[in-house]
Amino acid sequence: MPMAAASSTAPICFSAYVEAVVPDTHVQQHSDFMELPVITPSTGNIPRFSFHARLAEHALDLPPLSIETLQVNLGKLCNQACLHCHVDASPIRTEMMDRRTAERCIEVLAIHPDITKLDITGGAPELNPNFEWMVREARRLGRHVMVRHNLTVQFDGNPVTGESKEYLPEFFAEHRCEVVSSLPYYAQYFTDRQRGRGVFNKSVEGIRRLNAVGYGRPESGLALNLVYNPAGAFLPAAQASLEADFRRELQKLDGLLFNNLYTITNMPIHRFREDLLRHGGYDSYMTKLVTAFNPAAAEGVMCRSLISVNYDGRLSDCDFNQMLDLPLAGTAPRTIFDWDVEAIMRRRIIFDDHCFGCTAGAGSSCGGTTA
Amino acid sequence: MANYYESGDLARFAEVGTHNKALIDKFFEYYGMATGTDGALTKREKQLIGLAVAHTLQCPYCIDAYTTGCLESGADPAQMTESIHVAAAVRGGASLVHGVQMLNALEKVGA
Repeated sequence: MPMAAASSTAPICFSAYVEAVVPDTHVQQHSDFMELPVITPSTGNIPRFSFHARLAEHALDLPPLSIETLQVNLGKLCNQACLHCHVDASPIRTEMMDRRTAERCIEVLAIHPDITKLDITGGAPELNPNFEWMVREARRLGRHVMVRHNLTVQFDGNPVTGESKEYLPEFFAEHRCEVVSSLPYYAQYFTDRQRGRGVFNKSVEGIRRLNAVGYGRPESGLALNLVYNPAGAFLPAAQASLEADFRRELQKLDGLLFNNLYTITNMPIHRFREDLLRHGGYDSYMTKLVTAFNPAAAEGVMCRSLISVNYDGRLSDCDFNQMLDLPLAGTAPRTIFDWDVEAIMRRRIIFDDHCFGCTAGAGSSCGGTTA
Repeated sequence: MANYYESGDLARFAEVGTHNKALIDKFFEYYGMATGTDGALTKREKQLIGLAVAHTLQCPYCIDAYTTGCLESGADPAQMTESIHVAAAVRGGASLVHGVQMLNALEKVGA
């Protein structure tokens, strides 16, 4: 007897899951890195799910609260091409933040000491020639620096120039960066399925090298946080339960250490959305997210305390809005060159259907659950 | 109604309460407590048991629901596959253990 309906959760989306895990049903990935799903403009009647209506139903108004974090996307170049990457990053992307824009990000941090965190993302942000400069400057300003590090770039290096990135663990430790790394599962199958063949073993080696310089060891103060996201059209399990599993299994596997596990829900945008639409799972997945809407998770959405900077300096409410080319609304500045903190704090955050991804269940953000 | 089984019907389960809401509400409350919470068994273990039972019953709704339930409680395909082998083994064993009855019958007829 099925559990889903009884516990009033959403209808089940099994077909999308099958396509995600059964080889060769959709995405060919048996090469050095996954072949990109072709992103084509969606046509036909795509169902709409009104996030605004749901907020109104719960009498929720979600104005900005602060700018605690400046999240900067250094570019779309990556040594990997993952199945659910909302950035559509890959080794063939060329978009990259230039020095002038990177300098402007640092100027903004210098002007606003209340922006306490710099969250550096990509692509693989370490592939940007300005990456190390930016880390040093932000640290010089006393900011907490988080790097979204994919672990494998340590071994793959720069796919364009061939430059080695093996020095990264020492660099991160020297500058006391918080390292945040995706690891979809503590076993090979789900990890390689989502991130490409061989990624799990390389990731294990990457964690081992980070541990060797102190990451994940409580006494070092060097934080290595792992990120789990589901390998298909289903919601993450409870964060604390998965964290305990990851800790036990990674310890058993190779004595690997990390600090926290963050669970992130797959966002119904870009590659993942197109995949769902192509295989008829979009409606089911959205219904699942909508049914699991949690007002407490909504109150904690990350866009209320973060500003996202695109590689070309354009500003958005979050990484996902950035990828959807949604600028800050109203009179708020369009780019970091026109930075105006009062106007930014006065803006209305732009919400749309994809925001249900951040408000389902225990919530989802770049720092894990929000409720 | 083209087919007896439609996947969309899973989401309509609550409609079974149309003519007696009190009974279905009690059932769903019991069902949620029995299968959807951590207790002496974890929620994941309960979902893996549910998946095995679903295969024993060969209920398409249940297989669909418990596949997702297993994934959403942190199980992976390796664990799920082992759970359905338990179901298959118990079913097979249940057939074979009746072989003792066959032996008894053989003995009775002196064969």
